[in-house]
Amino acid sequence: MNWQWFHRLGSPRWFYEKTDAWVPWLVILAWGLLLVGTVWGLGFAPMDAKQKDSYRIIYVHVPVAFISMACYYIMAIAGAVGLIWKMKLPYMVMKSAAPIGFAFTIIVLATGSIWGRPTWGTWWEWDGRMTSYLVLSFLYLGIIALQNAFQSRDTADKASAILALVGTVNIPIIYKSVDWWYTLHQPASLNLTSAPKIHISMLYPLFTMIAASYIFFTLVLILYTRAEILRRESKTQWVKDLASGVPSKGDKA
Amino acid sequence: MAKSPSLFGATFRRDLLLAFRHKGEMINPLVFFLIAISLIPLGIGPEKALLMRIAPGILWVMALLATLLSLDNLFRSDFDDGTLEQLLISPHPLYLSVLAKVLAYWLATGLPLTLLSPLLGGMLSLPSGAFIALCSSLLIGSAAMSLIGAVGAALTVGLRKGGLLISLIVMPLYVPILIFGASAVTEAARGNPFDVQLAVLGAILAIALLLAPLATAGALRVSVNG
Amino acid sequence: MKFQFDSVDAFLKMGGHGAFVWASYVIVYAILIYLTLAPVLSKKTFLKQQKKLLHLQKKSPENSQ
Repeated sequence: MNWQWFHRLGSPRWFYEKTDAWVPWLVILAWGLLLVGTVWGLGFAPMDAKQKDSYRIIYVHVPVAFISMACYYIMAIAGAVGLIWKMKLPYMVMKSAAPIGFAFTIIVLATGSIWGRPTWGTWWEWDGRMTSYLVLSFLYLGIIALQNAFQSRDTADKASAILALVGTVNIPIIYKSVDWWYTLHQPASLNLTSAPKIHISMLYPLFTMIAASYIFFTLVLILYTRAEILRRESKTQWVKDLASGVPSKGDKA
Repeated sequence: MAKSPSLFGATFRRDLLLAFRHKGEMINPLVFFLIAISLIPLGIGPEKALLMRIAPGILWVMALLATLLSLDNLFRSDFDDGTLEQLLISPHPLYLSVLAKVLAYWLATGLPLTLLSPLLGGMLSLPSGAFIALCSSLLIGSAAMSLIGAVGAALTVGLRKGGLLISLIVMPLYVPILIFGASAVTEAARGNPFDVQLAVLGAILAIALLLAPLATAGALRVSVNG
Repeated sequence: MKFQFDSVDAFLKMGGHGAFVWASYVIVYAILIYLTLAPVLSKKTFLKQQKKLLHLQKKSPENSQ
């Protein structure tokens, strides 16, 4: 069986050169879809009967909520691959994913809080989902703090990979327990947490935005990883060639 | 493999002995628990009805913070004097030695905390029906917290200033334990059954017992070799 | 599919919820733009720095390792 492709995945240089051609297309695709979805959601999707126009926040809130959870799993999987096969590239992906995921949880919390003002009449409601995302943002903060605490890059990578894996086991438990906690304390007056009745024409822009945020996440993860690759491989010849503008010909992998 | 239980026993006895020799380290979290609980009525007023209502949550949050305080000591001295390295290169499964260390640690910190809690519950005028719930939930919860906290302690043992970082990375992981522990006491205070909460805490403890020593062992290898 | 608002003014006001909706979108887009630009800029400054370093090394070969 040909395992060459798998070992190539471990090569930062291969990844850097391969993604060079992808980046412009991903930029066009991600930002194009984002803009289409935004205009659609803001201007063309019909108004919700109950929440009126404030429901339009859903088009940024929900897709980013999806992706900020998925980002944690991708980060943990990358860390696991790094630990198991001792490859360099997965660690760089893992390190890049942490600040992106944290930024996404900030978006979820900010938009959720703004949405809560017209809907619940308060900037912060200890709603089950919002609380889960608050804890998720703490988990990201922990990873970032641990990553930055070590002098040795190797130790930092392995330690944060282990923490990410522990977090992965914990996330479903945290999610379930916060959900349970919320149903226990839910005031009777707040019935708006159940999703508003969504008409099919409201869903198309939502799907567009979900697709857009997945592609956007892919793009940003690649961009962060590329910057990280250069920083970590700065002693290698190919990065030196890249920096001095010499078109590299020698194919030393 | 035949020798593993004996190493388990030896590590356990040694750690327990060390803990009892360093009485200060054992007592400090308890004193913290006591003082912090006494600050609550000073901060919000001595009104009994209010204290009674918030007592379960306050007791659990403070117990959680108290367990965080001593976590840094779990592997620190063994890391400094090289015992940890010996444990790592010994042929015995690291899983068992970690389990022995955590068990000794829990007996020296979690158990005294549990035993002290009824007294503090009385100070916060916790209804008498809730004392069994408080003790049993803290007993199971502190064991689970010790196991999960051990992962954090192992990850940061190589760092000089690991103390605050442990709290940062471990606290979010304690969220489910806090929710179910405090809920058990709250329900008991209202005269409701609390067996579901205890069962969930037991399930969390079982998962932690299975997985946390594995993660701790991996983290120790990273910290010591890195 | 048609535009849901009668005028630009109504589009901006969104039936009184305009401030909330627009504020959310501004925050989201600010963060998304930052996420796109930050790695690109840090890559550029890094390459510039490396280029300078290499140039200095070439100038004084006896000092370079």
